[in-house]
Amino acid sequence: MPIQSEDVLKIAHLARLAVSDEQVKSYASDLSNIMNLVEQMNEVDTSGVEPMAHPLDQSQRLRADEVTEKNQRELLQENALDTEDGLFLVPKVID
Amino acid sequence: MYNKSLRQLSDSLQKKELSSVELSQYFLARIKRLDSSLNSVITLNEEAALKAAEQADKQLQKGLGGVLTGIPLLHKDIFCTQGLRTSSGSKMLDNFIAPYTATTVQQLQQAGAVMLGKTNMDEFAMGSSNETSFYGGVKNPWDLQRVPGGSSGGSAAAVAARLAPLASGTDTGGSIRQPAAFCGITGIKPTYGRVSRYGMIAFASSLDQAGAMAKSSEDAAIMLQAMSGFDPKDSTSVDRPVDDLLQNIGRSLKGVRIGLPKEFFTDGLDSHVCEKVTEAIDALKSAGAIVKEISLPNINLSVPAYYVVAPAECSANLSRFDGVRFGYRSDEPKDLEDFYKRSRGEGFGDEVKRRIMMGAYVLSAGYYDAYYKKAQQVRRLIQQDFVKAFEEVDIIASATAPSVAFKAGEKTDDPVSMYLSDIFTIGVNLAGLPGMSVPCGFVDQMPVGLQLIGNYFDESRLLNVGHQYQQMTNWHDMIPTGFGQE
Repeated sequence: MPIQSEDVLKIAHLARLAVSDEQVKSYASDLSNIMNLVEQMNEVDTSGVEPMAHPLDQSQRLRADEVTEKNQRELLQENALDTEDGLFLVPKVID
Repeated sequence: MYNKSLRQLSDSLQKKELSSVELSQYFLARIKRLDSSLNSVITLNEEAALKAAEQADKQLQKGLGGVLTGIPLLHKDIFCTQGLRTSSGSKMLDNFIAPYTATTVQQLQQAGAVMLGKTNMDEFAMGSSNETSFYGGVKNPWDLQRVPGGSSGGSAAAVAARLAPLASGTDTGGSIRQPAAFCGITGIKPTYGRVSRYGMIAFASSLDQAGAMAKSSEDAAIMLQAMSGFDPKDSTSVDRPVDDLLQNIGRSLKGVRIGLPKEFFTDGLDSHVCEKVTEAIDALKSAGAIVKEISLPNINLSVPAYYVVAPAECSANLSRFDGVRFGYRSDEPKDLEDFYKRSRGEGFGDEVKRRIMMGAYVLSAGYYDAYYKKAQQVRRLIQQDFVKAFEEVDIIASATAPSVAFKAGEKTDDPVSMYLSDIFTIGVNLAGLPGMSVPCGFVDQMPVGLQLIGNYFDESRLLNVGHQYQQMTNWHDMIPTGFGQE
């Protein structure tokens, strides 16, 4: 199924990606080609096949509900562009 | 010295003929002298490396060191290293200094290995040629016009040029094996869950697996041994004892059953590459292996299924990059939406954006069953084909890649043709099996890789077959022109 420019804009919005007008067309064409590849899956009948989410069919391991991490707020905020009193600062975006 | 095996280097260190500081300085000097033509290393760790080497020397002085004590290595820049930038090859993380160290890096540190630096890679490990890196492409040391493969292309090129004896890699769809093949080195991706993913920047969590890249199977076995094991910090880590990977490495190949999937020996495979792989299989046969044709009937659907599963997982994993807490942030946003969209739009490169959009599309309302669920069902069929095949054989063999390394720029405008260069490796990730690539000859002066696929947790047999093959051949000892002087 070919992907149109409107589709690209919709997906880019869902994924919160800014895409320039010039790029929209080339993304539409690339994504259409990839979808053509993907649609080869329809060659095989998969009715009744259980979907496989994990290569070893394991479920998420549970751990005891105990505190194991210590508070490292300062260390973890070292990569932040701007902080104040342990809070992340962002530019003003609401008037 | 650059072409010595890990055991030889380790022996020299243990006997104190050589110190770890000298060895580390030697490889640091090689990187500085030779890497300008390759671009395989993004960040050097010189000062800290020499400190670590001093520590290793103290251990060695006391006679306490193990086989990796004092051995220099490089880490793919996808592994978090506390205090040293971890970029994942992306502008998004160009300023990111991880507050903690990945478990597998820590394991190697504890074994005494010395980290010389971080290697270049496709952005967020998305690519098969290393051309998507924010830091520029890596050159193949066998021909600087050609790509080293990807995404662990920096690690592969560095080991091939003997800039370090070992390098770590990660493999989501072939990212250890394909560059290992293109650069003429040995690379192994173990069973999913064998090596911790903690601190390894996530691309597609149900497929990502770290592994070892080295000159030979024996070196790779030593490195992988140190990396393997259960990690409570990784919820998909497998809690089961690790085999001794060296114990059986010298075992004869007599009676080992090797399957050749007929679907991997078709028109899609370059005929000259096919010849080299066939010669390698003949060598295994002459050493006593039993070779038979097998079939993986659904394997031709592995690339299509992968390009649903991997982008879907990537779009979820990469949603954490929002410009708020760390990473790239755009200037002067108009509003909150603009802030997110431009931070992500400017911080990610084209291929990453393509895959995020692809993932968002296949997961969006109305398409989930047609694409995501379908791909997971196809994934099951592919896995079942492998399970069935391993009832009859111990190892599956094929070419690692359909051709030798291609020229830089050759596939950058056509994502689908780039994706198809992983056609022989992707099924292994979907099934979660261990796979490796060993050099098996040259076509047009470019290395060819033999792919060996093992049953779940059968890494020791893979390494055994790789090692026995390397006892009979010397492809793994060859060095690209221009990198062969001390």
